[in-house]
Parts: sequence; C-alpha cells; structure tokens
Amino acid sequence: MNRKMVFYMLGNIIKLEAVLMAPAVVCSLIYRDNGLIPFLITIAVALILGFTLTLLNKPKDKTIFAREGFVIVALAWVALSAIGALPFVISGEIPSYTDAFFETVSGFTTTGASILKDVEAMSKGLLFWRSFTHWIGGMGVLVLMMAIVPNDSGRTIHIMRAEMPGPIVGKLVPRVKSTAKILYLIYIVMTAIQVILLLCGDMSLFDSLLHTFGTAGTGGFGTKADSVAGYSPYIQWVIVVFMFLFGINFNLYYLLLIRKAKAVFKSEELFVYISIVAVSIVAITIDIYPIYKDLSEAVRASAFQVVTIITTTGFATADFNLWPTLSKGILFLLMFSGACAGSTAGGLKVSRIILLFRHIRSNLKHMLHSRSVDTLRFEGKTVDNATATNVTAYFALYFLCFSAMFIILCIADPFDLETNITAVSACFNNVGPGFGQVGPASNFAEFSTLSKWTLSAGMLFGRLEILPMILLFAPTVWIKNKSFSRK
Amino acid sequence: MNIIIVGCGKIGTTLLANLVAEGHDVTVIDNNPAVITEITNIYDVMAVCGNGADSEALEEAGVADTELVISATGSDELNMLSCFLAKRMGAQHTVARIRNPEYNERSINFMRKQLDISLAMNPELLAAHALYNILKLPSAAKIETFSMRNFEMIELRLKPDSLLDGMRIIDMRAKFKANFLICAVQRDEEAYIPDGNFVLKSGDKIGLTASPAEITKLLKELSILQKQARNIMILGGSRTAFYLAKKLGNAGISVTVIEKERAICEALSEALPKAVIINGDGAQQELLLEEGLHSIDAFVALTGIDEENILVSSFAQSHNVPKVIAKVNRDELIPLAEHWGLDCIVSPKKLIADILVQYARALENSAGSSMETLYKLMDDKVEALEFRVKDDFERLGIPFKQLETKPNTLVAGIMRDRKTIIPSGDDMLLAGDRVIVLAANQRINTLSDILKKG
Repeated sequence: MNRKMVFYMLGNIIKLEAVLMAPAVVCSLIYRDNGLIPFLITIAVALILGFTLTLLNKPKDKTIFAREGFVIVALAWVALSAIGALPFVISGEIPSYTDAFFETVSGFTTTGASILKDVEAMSKGLLFWRSFTHWIGGMGVLVLMMAIVPNDSGRTIHIMRAEMPGPIVGKLVPRVKSTAKILYLIYIVMTAIQVILLLCGDMSLFDSLLHTFGTAGTGGFGTKADSVAGYSPYIQWVIVVFMFLFGINFNLYYLLLIRKAKAVFKSEELFVYISIVAVSIVAITIDIYPIYKDLSEAVRASAFQVVTIITTTGFATADFNLWPTLSKGILFLLMFSGACAGSTAGGLKVSRIILLFRHIRSNLKHMLHSRSVDTLRFEGKTVDNATATNVTAYFALYFLCFSAMFIILCIADPFDLETNITAVSACFNNVGPGFGQVGPASNFAEFSTLSKWTLSAGMLFGRLEILPMILLFAPTVWIKNKSFSRK
Repeated sequence: MNIIIVGCGKIGTTLLANLVAEGHDVTVIDNNPAVITEITNIYDVMAVCGNGADSEALEEAGVADTELVISATGSDELNMLSCFLAKRMGAQHTVARIRNPEYNERSINFMRKQLDISLAMNPELLAAHALYNILKLPSAAKIETFSMRNFEMIELRLKPDSLLDGMRIIDMRAKFKANFLICAVQRDEEAYIPDGNFVLKSGDKIGLTASPAEITKLLKELSILQKQARNIMILGGSRTAFYLAKKLGNAGISVTVIEKERAICEALSEALPKAVIINGDGAQQELLLEEGLHSIDAFVALTGIDEENILVSSFAQSHNVPKVIAKVNRDELIPLAEHWGLDCIVSPKKLIADILVQYARALENSAGSSMETLYKLMDDKVEALEFRVKDDFERLGIPFKQLETKPNTLVAGIMRDRKTIIPSGDDMLLAGDRVIVLAANQRINTLSDILKKG
C-alpha cells in the first residue's frame, strides 16, 4: 500500500475542510453568535493537521490502486467527521463529543438523524455548518477535491469509484477532473435554482439556504423543530420536486445538457424510480385519506413522505408514526431501496435492486433450463458476471452489517423492536428519521453511547457503501508494500 | 484535444499513455471488456466497449467532436473502415494502422485518398527504417536524423573504459577539436541537459549533436568508430525483418535471415532473392555458430518474443558480435535488457507513439506553431523539437550568452542556408533559421517557450 500517498491525500482533504468552514465563519460573523471562536480554533487545528500530514508525506510515487482509493475515501470521511464535530463541542452547544460526532457524521453522510432536542436554540453559524456538511457530503468531498486540485495521476478513478454510490461508476468525459467539475457544476446550478424558488415562497435567505443544502445532499437537517411542516404548501412542493430531482442519476442531467434527451428517456433506472415513487404515493394517499379527509392535503403529505424517504432525505411534514401500518410498511421498504445510483441519495439504489432481480430471474431460469445461456442486460448493455456477482455480494454484506448493528442496539438499549430496527435502517440507509422512538417528531438523543457510536459507524458504512470502511479493518491492506517505500 | 483510439493492443495502449500524458482527452474503443476495465483502471480515459467500425460505438465515444481518430487494431481492413466511418461522422483527422506488405505503397496511397485518411502508419516499416539508420552507424545506440539531413543526433552509452569517463564537458571541447555538442545525459533514471561543468561518468547515456562528418571524426578520436556493417544476421522472419532485409539488400549489404517456419521462409526467399534464408530455430546456439555468428558485423533479433530476442542477443554479444540490436516491445523488459548489457534496443510501438504525439501537437497548434518534427530521447525524458524561426520571434539577433533561457532547455543546432551551426555563446537566431531545441522534463510548444518569462 502506498501509505505516503494515502496520508498526503488525507492531509489535503483536511485542508479542504478548513476552507469549507469559511462560509460558516462568515455566517457566524453576520449573526454575531458564539460560533465564531470555535470555528476559528477548528480551522487552525485542521490547517496544522493538514499541513503536517502533507509535509511529512510528500509522495514520490503517486500511483494508487483500488485499495488505496478505498482507504483514502474511508479515512477521509472519518477524519472529516472527527474534525467537523469540534465546533459543536468547543462552543458547548453539543457538550458531549459522542453526540457532536454523531451529528457531524449524520451531516456528512447526508443522513439527517439528529440528537438535538431543540434545534431552534442553536447558534446560526453552527446550524449553517450542520446543514452545509449535507451539501458537501452529498456529492462527495473527494469528488470536490478532484475537481479543484490539480492531479496528474491517472488513477484517481479509484477514489471516485469508492466515493460515488452505485454498482457501476462511469465517467461523463475522458478526464476524471472534468467529470468531477461537470458533476459539481450541475449540483451548484440546481442548488441555486432551488434557493431562488424557496426565496420566492417568502422563506428567509438563511432558511432557504439551509433547506436547500438539506435537499441537495438529500440530508434532512432543517432549522425548525417540526422540520418542514410549518411552511406553506408551495415551499413543501418545491422541496418535494427538488428532493426527487436530486435523487436522479446526475449522468442523466449531463446527457440532457449535451442534448441527448433520448438516452435519458430510455434509462431503465429512471423509469423504475419514477414508477416506485408514483405507485407508493397513490397507495399511501388512499391509505391515509381517512385521516386527512382532504385530497390535496393527503396527496401532499403522501408525496412528501414518499419522496423524502426514497431519496433518503429525511425532512418531514407529517408524523408518519401515527399513520396506518400499510403506509408505514411502504415507507419502511422505501428506506432500503433508496434512489438512483450516481445521485446524492443513500440506500441500496434502484439500479442495484433492478440488477438483483434480473440476476435472480436468470438464476431461476437456469434452474428450469439447466443449459440455458443468459445474458444480464441493464440500460441496454450487457452486464458482466463480475458486476452481477458484486451486486449479490453487496446485498449479502449489507444485511450482515445490518444485523450486526441491530443486535448491538438491542444489547445496549431497552427500546422496542420497531425503534431499534428502524433506527438502524434510518442511519444505515442515510434516511434520518425512523419509526417509534426515532420517528420524525423525536430524535436519537436517548440512545446509549455505544449505540450512538454504532449508528455513527453505520451511517459511514451506508454512505460509502460498506466496502471502503470494511477494508480499513483488513490487516492485509496495511501491510507495507516495499516497492513504494523504497522509491 | 479530443482523441479517439480504436483498439487497445500494444500500440494502442502506448499511444493512449503518451497522448494522455500530453494532456489530451482520450476515449478508447475496444471490443474486449477485460481490456476496457484494465485501461480505465490505469489511465484517465473514457472507454467504450464495442467495435470501432460500428457507428453506435463511435457515436458513444463522441466522434462528432473529435479532432483525431487513431485506429490501431490488428486488422488493417477494420482500421481503414473505422477511419472512413469516423471521418464521415465528423472527425477532423484520422490515422489508420496499415501494415500488411501486400498493400503496396501505391494502393495504400489510393485508399488513403479515397477514404480520406490523413495518415497511414506502418509500425513495422518505421522500425525497419530506424534499424537501418542504426546499422549505417553502428557505434551509436540510437540515431536521429533531422529534416535537413546534415545534422544528426546520436545516443551513445559510455563504456567503462571510455576516454570520456570523469571528464568535464568544457575540457572535452578543448581536447577533441571537433564541432559538437553534448546536449543530453541520462544517468540512472534521471535525464539532464548538462552545462559546461557537468562531469561525465562511465555508464551514462549521452546525446550528441553534430554534422555527420564531425560525428565520424569524433567517434574516430574516441576510438569507438565501427565501420558500417557489411554482413548482417537477422533472427526471425517478421514483417520488420522483411522490410529491413529488403532495405539492406538494396544497399548491397549481405543479409542472412533465420526463421523457424518453413512457409515464412519460402515466402521470404521469394520476396528477397538476394538474401540467404535459413530455416531453423535461431535459439539453437549450434545453428547460429554454424551460420557464421563469428564472422558477421551485426546481429538483429526481431522475433515476436521479447524474451527470445533478449536471450539470443545476449548470446551474440558474448560471442563478440560488434553490433547487437534487440527488438523489445514490452516496456518493463527494456530496463532488464539494458541491465544485461544490451545497449541497443528498438521498440516499434515507441516509434509510432513519437510520431503520433508529434502529429497531435502539430494539429493542436496548427494555427501558429512552426514546429516541424519532434523526437523523444533518453527513454522519453528528453524531447528534441525542430522549429523554423519566424520573423516575429521576439529575440531575433541576440547572442545566446545574453539570451535568458529556461533551465533544462537548449538550442542544440541551427541550420542556416544549408549549413549546420553548433551554437556557441556568440551565435544568434535569425529569421528563417531551422533550430533544434532540446527540453528535459517539460513540454515545449513554440520556440518562445524556451525563454525565461518576464
């Protein structure tokens, strides 16, 4: 393993975090709140740490392989969260480091699960940072780094693959750097449009920005105790539409930009995604109509909750804890599906589910016709065997991790089954709120320290799609490769 | 610049590595998914899995916005077809690898014109040219002839007992009264453009420019001059061997070709009436000795297997054959072969890569550039470029000693009115000159790039 390169990249990421904290400092300056000093201390710490790492680890050989890519991404995300939590602790607004770490991980992984009992009492600067982590984590901080930092290594694709969600990560244009730039450009433009639309709905600039960050990253941190419930129907619809849009594969927006709209309409993943959303909205609307007794309100509540859960955002306009079991059941399943690959959403991803079903179908077919030769197709292309096997393996690994975390929660906390299982699901899939004690109207504050650390790890596992985090613990990854140290 | 490369074999991969390093945006098309995966893991390129002559694959690769399409698959016909298609679909320039000797020059030119192909490249023919040049002056490891032909650059490796060992470059000029310039030195993995105080060591690979007459004089003084080879043995009956034997035969040099396959031998003997064709396994030392390994001037190993070339060459070297050349295609084997003492190695795919990099650069600055040729020296660490000085060059008529140039760049030669000048501090650039510029570890696009900024 090329350790120097790993730590060099890590140093750069930490430096980048210091820069990304600057908007929060500005925000603290404007509102003259007590976030300013903690931010400045954190930035100083980050810069010192970052420069120490980069100066001590100037790599002569910049070659990285898949394993370095995984390790860089995993370490970067842990380091980002560990440092990003400092302002909360130093300012005293979240005194426990465990809580602050949970909150920051929840931000970067775009989960939106919170331990805050009273959001509205927080300083504006800290609230801004909390939501801004969603925006950074949504598209990925390493992708951001690749877009702005010059890099002559041709192998940065390994980092991109490790950070971007989905079974198949491709490039839009030949260069990784240009691809990263295009992705961020689309991301920024969509963010700007949403801010403007929210401003038109008479939302304050601060709230517009923070809610947009929460939507763009499909995170879910808001500024109000009742999430988005208190805002006008117009604002709720804007957020629904944008949550939905940020759940679509960004490659499709690029195809639209280069006028290849035909390819967009042919996208199987998009079609399935839209179908799942539509069917769920209709089913839940029928199910909850007796409660609301008003069609437009029932549709809005249903649409908002379906989209917020499938895109793993986690805003809420209704306490779906009180809904009938069928609606809750649908929402629970949507948590796992997640939105499209290559979007900012979490979960399993629709494309993976499609591949899984097709793989199962061809296996069943093989049982009936043992000599049948079957090719797996997706988006009009043949999927090679390795990808199909990867998807199945991922699925198995996913449930293994899920079970492990669930058992730890059951040991550490006295909550009921529904609370524990949905808490794990909400964190692992980066959704945010679950059911029972962790429903949209409550929070994760009551969990024990062990559970909070477990769930924090779960959020990171979920955001990075398990493998990078697991590799961090594999001893073989850390064995010194002499060829790198000699050079 | 957007470039599409069809076919990622040896040549395609070398091309893409070079073109990506040049900063071009490269998309590759290959029909083998395993190759695609491998390529995208190593290089910063986009890959499309498909047939290069399939319009859908070309469209997916974005052919309409492409400046250059290079088709380098193993099949000449597929290359021509995909170039033709690409051109019709909007690509600006196309390059096809066409190497079958059965397509003679006339028919290739005809097809090129009809199919609108900008350049047809034949790696084997180019390798044969390069080999022929080396055999003309066997003392050098590599020889480059620039466009004026009365100016050459040779690469030499200093042997342990070399007269130059431990000598400063300034002292060298005083000792040998020849008009020459040591313009590049490679020591270990590093390449330098040396100044006068640079001390040479044995084991260095040096690049030397002078006019051909001066080079002969200098080599004589260094007592390493070998006379032109008259009697050459070629191992392997590959296409390169065919082209080379033909060229050598035309120049009146006697050639022996050793080839295992009977059928190939028959075809060769038909095509090369003057050459001696031996049907046998060249890896058998007995056979080589029987065919007169001791009496030949040069041995060239051109089989398709790198390892065999290296081993048999080393055997020939151990029997004191004056000049031994091995064809080695795999990059990782070249340093190994050099380690074994083989100083003269030819890699056809590198020759092709040089030509296309040069071609791409010329396309890129076709607007204002005056760059005419580009050569890569010293394991690609040094570039030699040929420029024509235009009258708008900002430093016309200023002597070199007053000209502030960037470190690791050098004007190695000037050609003015059919005369070659090896520049000293008092020489200057004039409009209409052709100059050879050397640059180590950097990229030069125009002549002004060698000047210090500001």
